Amino acid sequence: MLTSKASLVQIKGIRDGLLITFGEGEWSELVSYLLNQIERDRGFFKGARVALDVGNHILHPAELGALRNSFSEFGITLWAVISNSPTTERTAQDFGLATRLSPVKTERTIRETDTHMLGEPAILVQRTLRSGYRVEYPGHVVVIGDVNPGAEIVASGSIVVWGKLRGVVHAGAEGDEDAVVCALEMIPTQLRISGVVSVSLRRQGKPVPEIARIESGQVIVEPWVYKEGGK
Amino acid sequence: MSATTITITSGKGGVGKTTTTANLAVALALSGCKVVCIDGDIGLRNLDVVLGLENRIVYDLVDAVEGRCRLRQAMIRDKRVPELYLIPAAQTRDKSAVSPSDMVRLVDELREEVDYILIDSPAGIERGFRNAIAPADQVIVVTNPEVSAVRDADRIIGLVEAEEKGPARLIINRLNPSMIKRGDMLTSEDVLELLAVQLIGVVPEDEAVIISTNKGYPVALDGKSRAGQAFHRIAQRLRGKEVPMESFSEKEDFFSKISRIWRSGGE
Repeated sequence: MLTSKASLVQIKGIRDGLLITFGEGEWSELVSYLLNQIERDRGFFKGARVALDVGNHILHPAELGALRNSFSEFGITLWAVISNSPTTERTAQDFGLATRLSPVKTERTIRETDTHMLGEPAILVQRTLRSGYRVEYPGHVVVIGDVNPGAEIVASGSIVVWGKLRGVVHAGAEGDEDAVVCALEMIPTQLRISGVVSVSLRRQGKPVPEIARIESGQVIVEPWVYKEGGK
Repeated sequence: MSATTITITSGKGGVGKTTTTANLAVALALSGCKVVCIDGDIGLRNLDVVLGLENRIVYDLVDAVEGRCRLRQAMIRDKRVPELYLIPAAQTRDKSAVSPSDMVRLVDELREEVDYILIDSPAGIERGFRNAIAPADQVIVVTNPEVSAVRDADRIIGLVEAEEKGPARLIINRLNPSMIKRGDMLTSEDVLELLAVQLIGVVPEDEAVIISTNKGYPVALDGKSRAGQAFHRIAQRLRGKEVPMESFSEKEDFFSKISRIWRSGGE
């Protein structure tokens, strides 16, 4: 457990990863203090899943976005923001972050996980991404709408586009080779999964939903067909 | 009287923003509206040339903003039409001479006096573009049926949405029907499929436009050319009239012709 002298920022381990609690004070100072801590203990924080308890601080989207970006540079995944302010909670939800820690699991709830999928961080983008837009997220990205040429999505997980995918997408951006990209119409300018790049071919005929994944070091794209019992 | 302010923009240069602004202004003025058009392209002004008013400029937009003249003095009246005025851009300054709030102030001063204020935006997405859309009530994006122009239009439409000036409406300019028949040009359907915005008009490619631009005599003035007529129809739509959309892009190959004849005969 790492605690600062003045208890400005407390970091402790919880069941879901790390919980960072912010005390009173200037937000920018608290953040730079925290980032210094992380810088010093890079190894400890790398790959961590982090929840923030920001107390009474009111976070603007820009501040939250900046912090999340700094975290991802250290390989830290931000998954939740707990706040006393409804505005901040809404901001966090806009970023696709949780605003509650999951309740402590009892024997019974552990049994439940056998039948219930555990969630993974994902963001839902409910609009068409036009040229010049960029979505970057340390998790999965789901778009309801088109991704036009000139738009970009970078996700550490998978990317699902419920619409036409014509822009640039990079799934598994932090090296996850199991990440997939699916779209109702798959005509990306460029498609990358992990470190593998592919460019789509011009196709004829009626478009069908497709899924792209890595198979033996290459990106393969197949029509999406429902199979009994999953893939 | 409270004017509707319409900004004409495109992202890419050379697609016909200035020609569109000039011709819509003329068409609206000929239909009885009082129109002011403002050249937002400070440092690279063109609208005065296209309208043939170049030699009458005394004061310009920057003079009015910086208080060297009254706004009325910067308004040049086009004598060929009842109520059409131009506020020209300064040629010897650049975009930073005017701020978005200057533009809002200037347009607010005009609102009570006219029916339509048309603003010709410069190409690009920087200061000049922001100046031009700041006072807009409506935004018209002009594009050509070319991949690069459509790509820039998409970006601009996104920026217009982000500025909460949307939804922008679209004019497809310089459509070449014979190239479309040969399958060598994007059709308006292709363009709309990507941009997903409301189409307000299609202007066919027309040599008359180039000739008229060089003469400073907008095609909409006589209304005989195909492009001139297209601009008149767009002006009617701006005024809220229902005018059927022209179709230049019927791609009728042998098979669809046969099937059409067969279908109509079979019913």
